[in-house]
Amino acid sequence: MSMNFSSKLLENAVNEFAKLPGIGGKTALRLVLHLLRQNDDEVDHFGNTILKLKKEIKHCKVCHNLSDTDICHICSDIRRDFSTICVVENIRDVMSVENTNQYNGVYHVLGGIISPMEGIGPADLNIISLIEKISAENSVIKEIILALPTTMEGDTTNFYIFRKLGNLKVRITTIARGIAIGDDLEYADEITLGRSILNRTDFETTLRN
Amino acid sequence: MHLKKLSLLNFKNYEDIELNFNERINCFVGNNGVGKTNLLDSIHYLSLTKGYFNAIDSQNINHSKEFCVIQGEYERDGAQENIYCGIQQNKKKQFKRNKKDYPKLSDHIGLIPLVMVSPSDISLILDGGEERRKFINGVISQYDRLYLESIMNYNRILLQRNKFLKSVAGYSKPDPAMFEVYDSQLSLYGKVIYEKRKDFIERIVPVFNKFYKRISGEKENVSLKYKSQLAENEMSDLLEMNRAKDLIIQYTSAGIHRDELEMLLGDYPLKKTGSQGQQKTYQLALKFAKFDFIREKSKQFPILLLDDVFDKFDSERVEQIIKVVSEEKFGQIFITDTDEERMKKVLSRLNIENKIFRIEENQNIISGE
Repeated sequence: MSMNFSSKLLENAVNEFAKLPGIGGKTALRLVLHLLRQNDDEVDHFGNTILKLKKEIKHCKVCHNLSDTDICHICSDIRRDFSTICVVENIRDVMSVENTNQYNGVYHVLGGIISPMEGIGPADLNIISLIEKISAENSVIKEIILALPTTMEGDTTNFYIFRKLGNLKVRITTIARGIAIGDDLEYADEITLGRSILNRTDFETTLRN
Repeated sequence: MHLKKLSLLNFKNYEDIELNFNERINCFVGNNGVGKTNLLDSIHYLSLTKGYFNAIDSQNINHSKEFCVIQGEYERDGAQENIYCGIQQNKKKQFKRNKKDYPKLSDHIGLIPLVMVSPSDISLILDGGEERRKFINGVISQYDRLYLESIMNYNRILLQRNKFLKSVAGYSKPDPAMFEVYDSQLSLYGKVIYEKRKDFIERIVPVFNKFYKRISGEKENVSLKYKSQLAENEMSDLLEMNRAKDLIIQYTSAGIHRDELEMLLGDYPLKKTGSQGQQKTYQLALKFAKFDFIREKSKQFPILLLDDVFDKFDSERVEQIIKVVSEEKFGQIFITDTDEERMKKVLSRLNIENKIFRIEENQNIISGE
């Protein structure tokens, strides 16, 4: 549906909002009209926040997570365990693992997964820096946890990293796959349940969590 | 298990009909275009949640109407099963078992096993290998989730590997690790698929041979064989051997995606040397072998739909076919034919329970006793 705008300024603003993922023309118009009703200070603040975000945000030099500083707050926190690195696809996954409160190691953000169909090869990801980090002479890294999506592309990427780290003295683990907590077995698909049976764990270890 | 009652509302040419069926053989007879096959298609819907011919549901709604309903009353293991299928323009299709909605359509498939034999199946013999692989995949994956998963994963990696081959075209040294990764993933699933296909074909070949001999009156010597590059080489070796070639043609040239079913008449390919009647006999024997496989897996007699199956067969073969399907190894059968007299003659000689439905213009259906 094309809208008839009374103002070119309004139309431009609506078009900009409508470029955002998940935002259609009508929602964009609602957001713009909402902004127009706010006082000047508030709109200034809104615009400046976005400008500043784009200009000043940094990628952590160590883990590639988004950060205000050259080294992010996780990588500069001396209470973290630097011998364990959790490899994730993107910064949203860092937030998800952090929210579990179960992990005290550090991260490495790949920035995607290998998928030639989408034009993404290993060279487009932060894989070389991961290898360099681990093979550095003063490295303290003992374990790499692969926490990538459970898709075929995630598997490919896991496999690729495993292959590249094969000669280095580091333990490579991957997050457990199986029945979700709170799920009934009868509703689990055969593949997931099958995996859970194959990768069963000693009951004693479940008591510790 | 059998279908006792079928009701159609606005399905294709039928506005509102209700039919009661015989437990064994049901024949729909009538001229071309009266809607015999549409009745089979509605029964196909109730088992497999889709039509045999048209993938677009809304096109099966009567032209002047907004929605259609197919309903079947089955007797299964002594219990009644009521299956409802509702299709509405621009809406999701609805499936209900005993008035309860299915959360997923795929949950229904397999409850009422069914095998359809139609003249269009001849593509299984005449078309490329893709058709035959689709046939194998369809039968095995119905009762083997691991197989289905392996096929889906294999195809996904194959697509990625082919894209990768294209993306490195012209590079002097593509990353060997990428090959190793894709090759080991393809090998992992390819091996599972190969073993399961081999088992499946070994299992159906004797049954196929038996059916072919019976229908043809032991006149011809035919063979059915699984051909795979994996029979001689490990999948991982195949991929490695062909790597240089793959890089040039930018396509993965070896693997289970090149598997074939070899169909021979004597020592020659059936596709080239077989008569239409022989090809049809082959196709029918293959479908009967599928029937036998599903019967064993589901521990039920699948419903058998025979659409215009007698066309191109001599009277001897027609009689043999009816004789075969009237035996105790088959359950309920629906047959369409344009020739009522032929149907009646064959059935009377065999002395088997049956019901004939004469279908006239304007959806008028006259049921026999």
